[in-house]
Amino acid sequence: MLENKKAKLRNFHQAKWDEPIIFELSTRGARGILVPEAEEEIRTEVGDGISRIPEHLRRKEPPALPELFQAQVLRHYLHLSQATLGADLNIEIGQGTCTMKYSPKINESFATSTKVTELHPFQTEDTVQGALEILYKTDLFLREISGLSRFVFQPGGGSHGAFTIASMIRAYHELRGESGKRDEIITTIFSHPSNAAAAAVNGFKVITLYPDKDGYPDVDALKKAVSDRTAGLMITNPEDHGLFNSKIAEFTRIVHEAGGLCSYDQANANGILGMTRALEGGFDFCFFNLHKTFSSPHGCGGPAVGAVGVRKEFEQYLPVPLVDFDGEKYFLNYDVKNTIGKVRMFYGVLPVVVRAYAWIMSLGEEGLKEVARIAVLNSNYLMRNVSKIRGASIPYDAPGKHRLEQVRYSWEKLAEDTGVTTEDVQCRMCDFGMHYWTSHHPWIIPEPFTLEPTESYSKDELDEYVAALKQVSEEAYTDPDKVKNAPYNSCIHKIDPLLLDDPEKWAITWRSYLKKHGKDIDA
Amino acid sequence: MHKVGLIVNPIAGMGGKVGLKGTDGPEIVELARKLGATAEAPFRALQALKELEILKDSIEIITCPGAMGESVANKCGFKVTIIGAEKEETSAEDTRQAASEMMKLQIELLLFAGGDGTARDIYSSIKNAMPVIGIPAGVKMHSSVFALNPKRAGELALLYLTGKVKGFREAEVMDIDEELFRKGIVSARLYGYLKIPFERRHVQNVKAATPPSEKYEQEAIAAEVVENMEQDCIYIVGPGTTTRQIMQLLGLDYSLLGVDVVSNGKLLAKDVSEKQLLEIIDDKRSKLIVTPIGGQGYILGRGNQQLSPRIIKKIGKDNIIVVSTKSKLHSLKGAPLLVDSGDGEVDEMLAGYIKVITGYKEYAVYPVSF
Repeated sequence: MLENKKAKLRNFHQAKWDEPIIFELSTRGARGILVPEAEEEIRTEVGDGISRIPEHLRRKEPPALPELFQAQVLRHYLHLSQATLGADLNIEIGQGTCTMKYSPKINESFATSTKVTELHPFQTEDTVQGALEILYKTDLFLREISGLSRFVFQPGGGSHGAFTIASMIRAYHELRGESGKRDEIITTIFSHPSNAAAAAVNGFKVITLYPDKDGYPDVDALKKAVSDRTAGLMITNPEDHGLFNSKIAEFTRIVHEAGGLCSYDQANANGILGMTRALEGGFDFCFFNLHKTFSSPHGCGGPAVGAVGVRKEFEQYLPVPLVDFDGEKYFLNYDVKNTIGKVRMFYGVLPVVVRAYAWIMSLGEEGLKEVARIAVLNSNYLMRNVSKIRGASIPYDAPGKHRLEQVRYSWEKLAEDTGVTTEDVQCRMCDFGMHYWTSHHPWIIPEPFTLEPTESYSKDELDEYVAALKQVSEEAYTDPDKVKNAPYNSCIHKIDPLLLDDPEKWAITWRSYLKKHGKDIDA
Repeated sequence: MHKVGLIVNPIAGMGGKVGLKGTDGPEIVELARKLGATAEAPFRALQALKELEILKDSIEIITCPGAMGESVANKCGFKVTIIGAEKEETSAEDTRQAASEMMKLQIELLLFAGGDGTARDIYSSIKNAMPVIGIPAGVKMHSSVFALNPKRAGELALLYLTGKVKGFREAEVMDIDEELFRKGIVSARLYGYLKIPFERRHVQNVKAATPPSEKYEQEAIAAEVVENMEQDCIYIVGPGTTTRQIMQLLGLDYSLLGVDVVSNGKLLAKDVSEKQLLEIIDDKRSKLIVTPIGGQGYILGRGNQQLSPRIIKKIGKDNIIVVSTKSKLHSLKGAPLLVDSGDGEVDEMLAGYIKVITGYKEYAVYPVSF
């Protein structure tokens, strides 16, 4: 494979605004818009607009919000946007497992249309027929994509989806009078850790399988794990290192024979859309992250949907309400026999479902398959190029062995040779305007990084990313301190991780920052 | 001024390249030299010290004369204070004396270059009175007090001295019977635990959960074990810091390096021999709790030889409870847990997958090999 000579490194420099926290910009009395006083005629008709609100519903104190002029607010957030990296700004392939793909902006315009944003969750069903139709039809699409028989869109994220499934597994065994006995959920170390977490939060013991020498979950390990205590299997495939477990049907068979149920984490289904289905894999449940695979931007806590699907016999456990159609109109169905109840208010995160619906409609069956093919092709192209970079390696690689949509790589050799770690590389990549993430803990693969190019990037763009990685590797071998002291062109320098690690110091809100750092909240 | 101790065992590692299995004892050193061995440890110590050059003006190196540290420390331009008199041939006794001396001088950190034998000598003098970092330079490296390589040892020392690493962990000091080892028989003993600075991986990404401390992991494991203890069953608790936590949770006296026996929440016997164990078990229902000892993941045959093949056979594979922190499993980088019971048949029986308790209500199914 010829190296792309066109791929050159950018002389990037991030904007640095030294921007204060918005609370620090506050000036007492400043307002975005001053609403003109109502005319006499209107005042006579409706009064002052305040006194009609019952006394007990009125605030005694004004809210503790920053007070700014409109232009200041706009500038503040533009500054912040320039001080970040993200999917609409840079080649965003460094956050593997998160499917940071391009979300067509036309889908955004549907989701932010007033037809969606002005709906109220308490509106009567006959006034939200369009919204219910979108929910109903997106369910039909996902049934086709997964082979399962029913979906709900209430879970507000992938982990919430996994939690919903773990709750249904528990409900199933409870109904059969086996809840005390069946208390173990099996997962694998390269499955997304939320599967283990969802099981644990539901009170299950978690049994984690470690891979064989080739990186695959081992049937013998599974046989050792199953017993009459097995409640279920919660597993990802392909796993987080990008390997597809082709023995998956045997896995589900073994678990079913032991009396357990099987859940397929398809949070990231980008590499298998239209290629494999949960049903044929022998699964009882699955979930898709609409905010990864299906065109909602993914990041930082939402808005998101973990769309949960079940086989026919498990529909009775689904959270309510379901969206149904009686031949004339769509309605919310609360009549679900053994429902686990509600997992979220109302009926789901509608804007995310709207984007997914639009995306699926625009691609059709062949288009979805094309997404998978290109995502996998891009990933394998990237893998062969990264493998040529000094100090980088691909654990569990073998000649002719392909991965699906992502690969977990290792800088172990680089770290041994030069002392430069994957975290150092992360900082240096910022200097080229590239986002790079290490990997989920635990780091089974030493000094890991996970790249997921999705279907959104061209060959030239992938080459540019590889050129940046190659440059960092060359620097590590010739001038390791340069990498270790990076970043230089980012808006901030290294953050001392000890501060993030210290419960006495960390603060995720302004209020807790003031409290922990001994500052007066009213000052 | 940081006071840092440095002990180099100049003969450590000499045997390795000429096919000897260690350099304990003067006649072996002599043999190694005849075979053309050269001193490796000073060079390795130098690699580690280079990482500290940035603190050159604020470090005082307390070390031994000549090849035991002085020459290396001088090469880096540190302020050097020498203790003890120079000798032509050095021995294990010199290491022990130097370590005791340094403890009296209240050094902040002791760096030593050597192998298992050196670690053992230092342990015998200082126990866990002060933190140490092992610069790997020996032939035998069963102890887990050593950094991955000399450069890492230096980096860790720098992080510790600059206050970036504040925690400690207890790391196993193990050594084998060299006499038997040269005949091809491995028999490693657990001698104790040295205190080493513990670099908890700095987590920069918010998506990655902060790894819990080793102590927390051990407490979680102990809670799972104790909660599932059965009435009237005899529990044989092997050595290790993870198994120690079980004894502490039960509120029982224990031997850190030996094997203790518990039943119905009471201590039946402490630090038992194989013979005593066989008598205690007799034909009673028994379970054995073991944890990986040392850096290579041995659950049997290193540091717990009391747990002989006869005992393993009597107890049976299904009654062996393996406990390990996740960090320990992950440090094996995918390599299996190991057994070396001394009986091929028993090793064969134990090979395959085994369930490992890794936390409260958390298990791993992990391969075992021999």
